[in-house]
Amino acid sequence: MKPALSIVFFTVSSGAGLGLLALVALADLLHLGGGLSRQQLLTGAILGFVLVAAGLLASTMHLANPKNAWRSFARFRTSWLSREAVFAVLFMGSSIGYIASVAWQPNPARGILAVVVVLLAWIVLYCTAMIYASLKPIRQWHTRLTPLCYLLFGHYSASLLLLWIASRGETNPGPFAAIALVLMSASAVAKGAWMDRSETGEGPRIQSALGLPSIAQVKLLDAGHTHGTFLTHEFAFQLARNHAKRLADVFWIAAFVVPAVALAFVPGAALGAALACLAGLLAERWLFFAGAQHTVNLYHGVQRT
Amino acid sequence: MTTKKLGLVIDLDTCVGCHACAVACKEWNGASALSGPLSDYEPYGKEPSGVWFNRIRHYETGTYPQNKTINVPMSCMHCEDADCVTVCPTGASYKREDGIVLVDQDKCMGCNLCAWACPYGARELDESSGTMKKCTLCADRIENELLPPEDRQPACVLACPTHARHFGDLGDPESGVSKLVAEREGFGMLPELGYKPVNRYLSPRSAPQVPLARSAAPAPSLSERIAGWVNKLVER
Repeated sequence: MKPALSIVFFTVSSGAGLGLLALVALADLLHLGGGLSRQQLLTGAILGFVLVAAGLLASTMHLANPKNAWRSFARFRTSWLSREAVFAVLFMGSSIGYIASVAWQPNPARGILAVVVVLLAWIVLYCTAMIYASLKPIRQWHTRLTPLCYLLFGHYSASLLLLWIASRGETNPGPFAAIALVLMSASAVAKGAWMDRSETGEGPRIQSALGLPSIAQVKLLDAGHTHGTFLTHEFAFQLARNHAKRLADVFWIAAFVVPAVALAFVPGAALGAALACLAGLLAERWLFFAGAQHTVNLYHGVQRT
Repeated sequence: MTTKKLGLVIDLDTCVGCHACAVACKEWNGASALSGPLSDYEPYGKEPSGVWFNRIRHYETGTYPQNKTINVPMSCMHCEDADCVTVCPTGASYKREDGIVLVDQDKCMGCNLCAWACPYGARELDESSGTMKKCTLCADRIENELLPPEDRQPACVLACPTHARHFGDLGDPESGVSKLVAEREGFGMLPELGYKPVNRYLSPRSAPQVPLARSAAPAPSLSERIAGWVNKLVER
């Protein structure tokens, strides 16, 4: 699949923003580390809101006909993209409500708004992931591990940002560091399992695509077009194996090794760890798209998906 | 009472890969109010490209001399379980009562998700309009009372010079296309994905094996071989 930069940025930025608002609201509800100050809560919530808004704006750049984007609320019953759109709007609204309730204290609705923000953040993250996980023609994406990775990565990158915010005040950053470490380990395990499944599994083959016996030898003689088509432009992107390997190394080092070393040995490096993690996730998301093998490619001569 | 499943049956045995169906499709649908025009990019330039509903690809199976060329035309399969329709967020993609899958050009926002959900590559985004386009099964021909009855068929079917393409109701077991599929054991592509494509393909008939040069003459018997050695050794 062609890795569209707008979608790569959208999923990473919105993921981190949704995770951050969820974690801030949870920390607020549970008085984590003795409770975050009003200043810290506002910093976290507004940063999360900006990350989500920037991601959603970037996602509309992917649309070829954005003037009809308002119609995307129509198919809520069947379409994960429609569900994402509806819940994202509800999330943005309740986030503004929550931020206001923190800014103008005391506010009796603050607790309820925090709960709503947490639940909606989880739902939006899940909907985004299911857009990809529900696509049967792309074997690498069509697994429950995909939403698990999206949920964990969103929260993991956010936990590093929250640790940075928590370490700049009177709060005890211990619980925040613990949360970051747990999410870091869980994310690494989930993505490891996702990558393993992606490499070892097998999807439809060219024989099945053309209705031939499974042992038949078959190759493409002519794709029938002189230059590229929408199909080659959108789906034919093939990632060289050594290039993918190199980029995967960049992802593991930036998203896990650098933050782990920074948190263990460099005091006050939480922001650096968060930025390294986000950079690593951009590489991960690029690979997520670039490494996906759509069944259309079978008709262009690829032997298996 | 059976559900109507309008679709195509394509005979891979008789298809000669001439692309006449694709050209006829482009000609009719390019001027159709349903989803036309079908934009071309750089039609006279160095890298011509554009939107097509129907594409023909050519494959080779087997190895020489037991090889065979297969020409495979592909367009929308008008699937019974069409994920392109369920993933569409705007409601632009829909399936009619008669089984035809269409895109409402006034509602599409060009998100590409339906093209991703289609395993067959039947949908193509038109960069000029920013909307998704696809085979309409010539919905504006098959029920067009301005046309003589024999012309109320998809343009691709009428254009085919070898009668490799057939149009009809695959939901009716008594229809001509259904009988053809039953007789020739027609298949649907990528059945394991569960889309239940309506369009059916008829496999190429197996041609008699080409005899290999070595096996053309019967192997010499033992006495013939001995006679051969002797002839080589003995000077006359």
